[in-house]
Amino acid sequence: MATDMDVDSVSIAPSMAQAPSGATYDHPAHFPVWTFPLANIHCYSILCCECGTPIDGTTATGALCADCVRLTNDISQRVPREAAMHFCKDCDRWLLPPSSWVVAHPESKELLALCLKKLRGLHKIRVVDARFLWTEPHSRRLKVQLTIQDQVQTHIVQQTFTVVYVVSTQQCPECAKSFTANVWRACVQVRQKVLHKRTFLFMEQLIMKHGAHKDTINIKEAKDGVDFFFSARNQAEKFVDFLNSVIPIRMKKSQQLISEDKHTGSKTYKFTFSVEITPICKDDLVAMPIRLAKQLGNMSPLALCHRIGTSICLVDPSTLQTADISAPIYWRAPFSSLADAKELVEFIVMDIEYQDIRKGKWHLAELQVARASDLGVNDKVYFTRSHLGGILRPGDSAMGYMLTGTNFNNAEFDAIENSGTYGSRIPDVMLVKKQLHRKKKRGRNWKLKRMNKDEGELLPKQADQDRMDQEYELFLRDIEEDEELRATMALYKAQQKAAAAAADPDAMSEVETEGAEDEVPKINMEELLDDFDELTMEDQKSQQ
Amino acid sequence: MATRARFENSAEVGVFSRLTNSYALVAVSGSENFYTIFQEELQNTIPICRTNIAGTKIIGRLTAGNRKGLLVPTITTDQELQHLRNSLPDTVKIMRIEERLSALGNVIAANDHVALIHPDLDRETEEIIADVLGVEVFRQTVSDNVLVGTYCSLSNRGALVSPKTPIQDQDELSSLLQVPVVAGSVNRGSDVIGGGMVVNDWCAVVGSDTTATELSVIEKVFQVQTGAGPQDIGKEMRDTVVESFY
Repeated sequence: MATDMDVDSVSIAPSMAQAPSGATYDHPAHFPVWTFPLANIHCYSILCCECGTPIDGTTATGALCADCVRLTNDISQRVPREAAMHFCKDCDRWLLPPSSWVVAHPESKELLALCLKKLRGLHKIRVVDARFLWTEPHSRRLKVQLTIQDQVQTHIVQQTFTVVYVVSTQQCPECAKSFTANVWRACVQVRQKVLHKRTFLFMEQLIMKHGAHKDTINIKEAKDGVDFFFSARNQAEKFVDFLNSVIPIRMKKSQQLISEDKHTGSKTYKFTFSVEITPICKDDLVAMPIRLAKQLGNMSPLALCHRIGTSICLVDPSTLQTADISAPIYWRAPFSSLADAKELVEFIVMDIEYQDIRKGKWHLAELQVARASDLGVNDKVYFTRSHLGGILRPGDSAMGYMLTGTNFNNAEFDAIENSGTYGSRIPDVMLVKKQLHRKKKRGRNWKLKRMNKDEGELLPKQADQDRMDQEYELFLRDIEEDEELRATMALYKAQQKAAAAAADPDAMSEVETEGAEDEVPKINMEELLDDFDELTMEDQKSQQ
Repeated sequence: MATRARFENSAEVGVFSRLTNSYALVAVSGSENFYTIFQEELQNTIPICRTNIAGTKIIGRLTAGNRKGLLVPTITTDQELQHLRNSLPDTVKIMRIEERLSALGNVIAANDHVALIHPDLDRETEEIIADVLGVEVFRQTVSDNVLVGTYCSLSNRGALVSPKTPIQDQDELSSLLQVPVVAGSVNRGSDVIGGGMVVNDWCAVVGSDTTATELSVIEKVFQVQTGAGPQDIGKEMRDTVVESFY
């Protein structure tokens, strides 16, 4: 067990100064020389009182030999032979007293350090060696073999012993929190008071791309919006800041006192950030208050929203005049949209006359359009100006709002109708986008990722589900058609199967039979990202 | 033979008793077992006197004596002295010594022929020791320790000295005492030999903590093996006496 560290040369017998290494003694220097190691002779004056070994009494302590000193003195007396370790099963971490939790693999240096720290009284003695003895993991025991040294009077004593650690499980506070409901400290309630979910679908993609949701402990769908839950206020604030930097919002913060310590004055609050997104969406028709329109470069108060960024971007299709309404200005005098994408009607372009006014991708044109539903019924043709001159050809179909014969229950629109300046300038039709003919089933070679949401108690009805699917499909189409929109989000390559379906010969023939004059825009594979979640061994095999 | 004993939970039997070839002194106490051990060992060969010195039990440390005499310190009361005179044989001379170092057992180690004494003892004391005990007196130290009575134990057959004593000192003591001198310990490594044991020429009483090894050393050096008794002293004893006579 223990080994003696004393360097006693025990032999009294005459020893050879030079050991005869070979059998030949041809040189005088190689003859064995007998010497008495006088310096090493010990006078054995007494017998060890325990075992009777002859020892030198003048140096012996308590008339004991070195072995008996070692046997009678337990230098590891103060070191406990058993200790407890705490382990969190959920996150595989060990408790480092008093309160931190560290990752340490079995039989690793880190775990050994942790084990040694657990032993009290070890800091007073010198640890020469420490190592793990193998234990069956299910035994919930760790065994560490320790070798320690200490000085007992004049002897240096070394001792080896084993310490057994009992591994007990304890849930760490982080895990405890994650497994307990209602532990959130801050909540961001994002709401948009509209009937559709387009803005949320867009926002979801933005959040996914920027990873803004990674601090959330729960995401829950609520009426008219989504709730994001966080474990700390600053995480929620960061999230609100992110939202503020991508979409026009209005935020209101409130807090609720949970607990208060009167003695220390420390209080615990739950914070709620109510975030309202502007109800105006892309492709909406808006009727601004006339005052606001005058402030925005005296533009027509009837305008189309062509983009939602940090501000609301409006365009007047008859003049190509644009205006940006930032969130603070909008919320000073909020107005709702006059008509949204659901009210779009299909028109057929009968005649087109291009104007010389261009602005970016827009090209002003004067058009004669007829409602698609009117074709073959009557010959009503409407005159309109549009910013889509660059992409519309005679015979194309386009989606637009029908203003003539529509009753808008809107105070701003009434004001426009009644005003002398703008009342006569209300167009019959306002075209929003070109309508592309799509075949019914077409696999996409790309896809979007969705956030994991908790639907809450409100399970969607079948009708709601259909509506949501429809909205999602429209959203995907928007992405396909709008390159700018596409640039703001992360698109992933779809699975091989779906791509194969897209290249199905039957599908191709269908396209041909339709005589597709309007080719649906395809997204280049270079734009798409690889989805690492779906890279499996199967995929690699099939690729090889 | 050597016997292990305990006096009132103390293994220092040499403190509470004195043993010579012609009498034994045992401290007065409730420790009846201790007295019984002496009775059993000595088997009525010599008188055992139960006494106190100056009202204390530490009689072994306060007195010094051999076959011929007993020295007690000045602090001994007249009553105690009278008791001793009544109990001990008439051949034993008893003397009260006026000496500053009153723990005579610590400063004097004597057998029937020689005495080792503390170097600082008075001249008169030295003379009294020589007269009363009838010994040759040497001012000596044992392993550089002046308390010779504490650190050695002496009989006519041998001497045990403290384990710290070097071989050279043992040789020197051996030539002074004319008996074999051996270094050793009592009571599991204690170097207080005089305090841990009492010995005469045929028996020894040692502290109860004494190990078998220590006991065997003691029995060898004092030649108190089983069967030894006062009747066996005979020849060897005479030899040593003759040797010292020449």
